[in-house]
Amino acid sequence: MRKLVLAALVVTLAGCGRGAEEIKALTADESAYQKHLQEQLLDAKPGSVIEIPAGKHRFDRGLTLRVNGVTIRGAGQDKSILSFKGQVAGPEGMLVNASDFTIENLAIEDSKGDGLKINDGENITIRGVRVEWTGGSQTTNGAYGIYPVKTRNVLIEDSIAIGASDAGIYVGQSNTVIVRRNRAELNVAGIEIENTINADVYENTATKNTGGILVFNMPNLSQPGHSTRVYKNHAVANNTGNFAAKGAAVASVPAGSGIVINSNPLVEIFDNDIADNKTANLIISSYFSTGYMNKYGVAENYDPYPKGIFIYDNRFSGGGDSPDGLDLKTLKTAMFGITGHFPNILWDGYVDTKTLVNGLPPAEQRICIRNGDTGILNVDGPNKYDKPSTDMAPFQCELTKLPAVTLPAKA
Amino acid sequence: MSEEKMQHAARFCVNTAAAFVLAAALVACSQAPAPVVPVTFHASGSPAHLSDWHVTAALDGKLQLNADVVPYDLNTPLFSDYAHKLRTIWMPKGVAAKYDAAQTFDFPVGTIITKTFYYPLPKGAARDAKSVARSYDQSRDFAGSGLDLTQVHLIETRVLVRRESGWAALPYVWNADQTDAELARTGDTQALELVADDGTREPFTYVVPNENQCAGCHGTDMKNPSLIAPIGPKARHLNRDYAYADGRENQLAHLTRLGYLMGLPEASAVPRNADWHDATQDVTARARAYLDINCGHCHNANGPANTTGLSLDIFTAPDRHLGLCKPPVAAGRGTGDHKVDIVPGKPDDSILPYRMNSSEPAVMMPEQGRSTIHREGMELIRAWIAAWQGNCDVAS
Repeated sequence: MRKLVLAALVVTLAGCGRGAEEIKALTADESAYQKHLQEQLLDAKPGSVIEIPAGKHRFDRGLTLRVNGVTIRGAGQDKSILSFKGQVAGPEGMLVNASDFTIENLAIEDSKGDGLKINDGENITIRGVRVEWTGGSQTTNGAYGIYPVKTRNVLIEDSIAIGASDAGIYVGQSNTVIVRRNRAELNVAGIEIENTINADVYENTATKNTGGILVFNMPNLSQPGHSTRVYKNHAVANNTGNFAAKGAAVASVPAGSGIVINSNPLVEIFDNDIADNKTANLIISSYFSTGYMNKYGVAENYDPYPKGIFIYDNRFSGGGDSPDGLDLKTLKTAMFGITGHFPNILWDGYVDTKTLVNGLPPAEQRICIRNGDTGILNVDGPNKYDKPSTDMAPFQCELTKLPAVTLPAKA
Repeated sequence: MSEEKMQHAARFCVNTAAAFVLAAALVACSQAPAPVVPVTFHASGSPAHLSDWHVTAALDGKLQLNADVVPYDLNTPLFSDYAHKLRTIWMPKGVAAKYDAAQTFDFPVGTIITKTFYYPLPKGAARDAKSVARSYDQSRDFAGSGLDLTQVHLIETRVLVRRESGWAALPYVWNADQTDAELARTGDTQALELVADDGTREPFTYVVPNENQCAGCHGTDMKNPSLIAPIGPKARHLNRDYAYADGRENQLAHLTRLGYLMGLPEASAVPRNADWHDATQDVTARARAYLDINCGHCHNANGPANTTGLSLDIFTAPDRHLGLCKPPVAAGRGTGDHKVDIVPGKPDDSILPYRMNSSEPAVMMPEQGRSTIHREGMELIRAWIAAWQGNCDVAS
């Protein structure tokens, strides 16, 4: 019986959105190129440059690289395409476990799992890479598009991520990171910086995602993140319904979120254009609002609160007019009327009560807003939205600005 | 010591023009009047054929082991699409591995470990290159000192060789005639069908990993991608009896007696993992042994899955590190809409069995090494989770 149900489920899933499109087995030429490219990856030496010729190259297995100092280079992110539609093995499109790695000017399409995963390594450059699930936003898409994790000295620039069922560009547990001039759309999270120390995220466009740009800290990981600057980005109309599997970290992000800070300290948001995100243009929340906090599953030393958040000189417009979820909808209507809208900034209201001094966090741990007449709504999450407040007084403060992130020059 | 190795020598004859003839071994060659070639350690390079190593040979309807090649089993093995496995170890004369209570033994340069993946043929069915039996029954596999090639279908042999520069992994795929296996550095895929005793069939794609994917499991230290190591030859996996040609004996005692292992403490001090398939053993011990061998090589403090905060090796305490009420980090849709890895008492709400119950590349765990669902393994983990007490007390 279980097998029957499963079989039915698989058929249903396979049918989702892709119509009756049949995935053909690789041709002899395609198999030969798959083998050739994997051999190039096996035989690479430090300094090797592996060129991917223009054309759409199909693969039914994931590619893997484990040699330091390699460059993989295509003829352009619309010209050299590695397509994993019909992949039967290997969860990632490409998996890299190596340092001094550059990948540029190519596309990775329709991998079963993550598109490009780089697990552990330093001096990583990802430039002009497009990772895309070509069927648009679907739960059956792979989780992460461009996915460096446990890396150091990372540059992601001029790249595109489309359709990830978790995060389009996801930097996790890393240190010293620049994410700039990228485009992320139709993902659950457009760009996500998680448990990462020293990241600059600028001049990116995040649109049509569920949430545009996220700065998160999750529990139980190798390092808590801090010190992220998000500036000069466009986070516009991120209103796609959340299509993540429940249980995934981003499944709790309401559709219509421009920029979200969750449980992460020392975050600076400035000089961005943030517009038309229907829940709120900017959300500041704690781990308590994710619904994942529980007695046994979270490390005791995990700090679930956002602390030392500085928001200034952003250009906000529109948004907050049609929040996701019944609780927020009801709250919006009750406070601002059917045609009204939330202020630009939404805060869940959870504070680390152990640290309060005269009712406020210590100066360096406050949420500070210097953004013209932009307002904030404290939804009073700890009391189930009982006493929401738009009082700006607790947020009128300044924080010391974070230094810019600089990557070491290439040798 | 070398004399004892000689006594143990399996009968091994190879049709080759090689000049080395060991008179002592010739006596054993009753069928083919060919000279004997000893196991050949290739200190570098990637020999094109499995036979170049002279560890095993398909001869006279049997896959035979060369002299001094010792077969072994694990208390609880890794699941690989119901494949049966013939594991062997060989070392040059005069050197031995150093015992370690927890880690893979420290093997000397020259060590050659092989693992041959094969299936018994479905009962009463003719060989058709795709039908293989879904069976734990090994009784038909062996003929004398080797595998019975009339009863089994060989798929691949993976060679792990300890060189000066460290371990190298070389995958070989058996040819259709089952006479030799050829190097397949970029791996292979084969369309096979598992045939159950009642005749039901399950088509699947058997995947031979490429060299890098070998390291996906055997590269246990992410800081040193070039460092790989065998997984099975650890004290807790090997501490069991094996039915050798010359009688039943504890494997560690046997390896010590042959001169392959030094430093073995007294038996009571040697750890032993449970046999996952032995229903008379404790369910927790069986589940932990199963997770240890199937998951622990990635899910440990230094392994590729240390990005997840989930450790499943035998040493992990039974708390959030093992998944108790632990939210996932990067599982994507591998969560199956579940919030935590293990909800005590509730396997249906737990991510672990959900991922075991999938064969989709983006959902299943382990993420490589299988294309089918290990039903019996999943049921064991479900039973283990069902026996956990308590709840996750979600506080919001």
